[in-house]
Amino acid sequence: MALREKNNKPNSLKTNNLELGTQNMKPETINSNFKSEEYQINMGPQHPATHGVLNLLLTIDGETIKKVEPDLGYIHRSIEKMCERDSYQQIVHLTDRMDYLSSNINNEAVCLAVENALELEIPERVKVIRTIIGELTRISSHCLWWGVMGMDVGALSTFFYGFRDREMLNDIFEETCGARLTMNYNVPGGLMLDIHPNFVKRVKKFVTHFKTKIPEYDRLLTENVIFQKRTKGVGVLSKEDAISFGVSGPVARASGYSCDVRKYHPYSALDKVTFNESLKTEGDTFARYQVRIQELWESLSIVEQLIDNIPEGEYRVKTNAVIKLPKGEFFQKVETARGEFCVYIISTGTKSPYRLKFRSPGFSNLSVLNHIAVGGKIGDLVAILATLDLVIPDIDR
Amino acid sequence: MNNNELQSLISSWFPNPEANKVSEVIEVSETEEGSEGKVKVQESINPSLLEFTEEGSQFLNISVKPEHLHQLMSQLKTNSETNFDYLFCLSGVDWGEELGVVYHLESTTHRHIVVVKVKTKDRETPILDTIYDIWTTAEFHEREVFDFFGIKFNNHPNLKRLFLTEDWEGYPLRKDYVDEANMVIK
Repeated sequence: MALREKNNKPNSLKTNNLELGTQNMKPETINSNFKSEEYQINMGPQHPATHGVLNLLLTIDGETIKKVEPDLGYIHRSIEKMCERDSYQQIVHLTDRMDYLSSNINNEAVCLAVENALELEIPERVKVIRTIIGELTRISSHCLWWGVMGMDVGALSTFFYGFRDREMLNDIFEETCGARLTMNYNVPGGLMLDIHPNFVKRVKKFVTHFKTKIPEYDRLLTENVIFQKRTKGVGVLSKEDAISFGVSGPVARASGYSCDVRKYHPYSALDKVTFNESLKTEGDTFARYQVRIQELWESLSIVEQLIDNIPEGEYRVKTNAVIKLPKGEFFQKVETARGEFCVYIISTGTKSPYRLKFRSPGFSNLSVLNHIAVGGKIGDLVAILATLDLVIPDIDR
Repeated sequence: MNNNELQSLISSWFPNPEANKVSEVIEVSETEEGSEGKVKVQESINPSLLEFTEEGSQFLNISVKPEHLHQLMSQLKTNSETNFDYLFCLSGVDWGEELGVVYHLESTTHRHIVVVKVKTKDRETPILDTIYDIWTTAEFHEREVFDFFGIKFNNHPNLKRLFLTEDWEGYPLRKDYVDEANMVIK
């Protein structure tokens, strides 16, 4: 890390004070001799705990954090500007380059916005498959987060267990649509392809497998005393602040703010399933951790409710080769693994949107970082960053 | 609250002082002009300084002039009947002749949604009031709008470029932005 002195004051340690000798050095004298000084250090852009190219400019006093200033834009591609020249089918492909761990849910958001604007009737089969894959994406994202979370606070082995289970899901995705991460499985009007004949069997196998693994996660990390001491009471966020900062997703729910888009604005087949919104009131790093673990169970339950009842029917309805949305404004909210993702389309009736805004959850969640990290240590900041679960392309867009 | 109730409540906060005056003038001139002309003029008078529309959008849209923006926003949040405490989307938009910002607000207690739009015709030095003191999330979002649209915000605590470098010229998400090297135009 590069060290930079903030103020150009000469070293405050005066030589004549040293002549006093040790017997006269009371604690006050020592403190006045060694004045605390604030330094600025760069954390990132190449730092393992920032999970991507994020640069945090930390103002520190000793190891105590005085200010955190994020420096963004290292991988900004201006996706919103690119959308203004692209067709609606092409825009879907750009969205999974934002939050790549929730790629299928991002795709779904754009498709839903376009379908609502065209007033298309989407077959039940499509809705159910979208919801199943959306929840599997959420599990896959939380698996990765769990592995990395443990690694950030010093437990390297969690990384391998998290990736082991995520691998099963990636294999299912690969068999379904040919891609493991940036899926592009949704198209306006339905799905690119029908599900693979093995899909139901493999998902069921995964659900049975994963049910035995979450208790292992708990035994390995949740109940670990060192882990609990690193996370309890660290980075506390109150409910009022969470709302004011526009925080959403598991981070907000850990502060007792009920904000699950799947509950309040259900989309696809989410109105047909029952699940609990996982809520905690402590608002600290450990609460954010627990909310995500609870969400793994809830997502499994949603998948279980739907997997045996995938309706027969078309997997796609026909749309025009060139999609033109009617004049107006269209808005769609979805719940990604990180929180509330919104698509806001202003259309003038042409084949490309006049303006398209993506409201990404990571951007608002990052803005709260300075508020909750100040006063803590650098080690706490790493734990906080891990539970904010930032994906940098989602912030930089 | 449904959209009609919201509209009648919010419009009552900003009564149009012109509305009463003009209708009196029309009554006087009624004998001189035809009754058709009178009806047309009365329709065009808005009883409120705000404009409401639900056309082409799934939410209630409120258009507000820049000078009333801050007052409207703080009332939308503090009034217990509206209580819009969650600003979930803040987007800069270039409407061609006008630049502006679109705010999407939701209430976490009543669960209703409203959209507020503000536009300014000044493309050289567009200035709006910050709403950072009402919703903290606006600090980052307004910096993003400044970065890409060049809209300045009064009283913003830290208004500088967020994604782009300090020496970047121009505002890329404006419609008249040209960058021949990096932009592929179809």
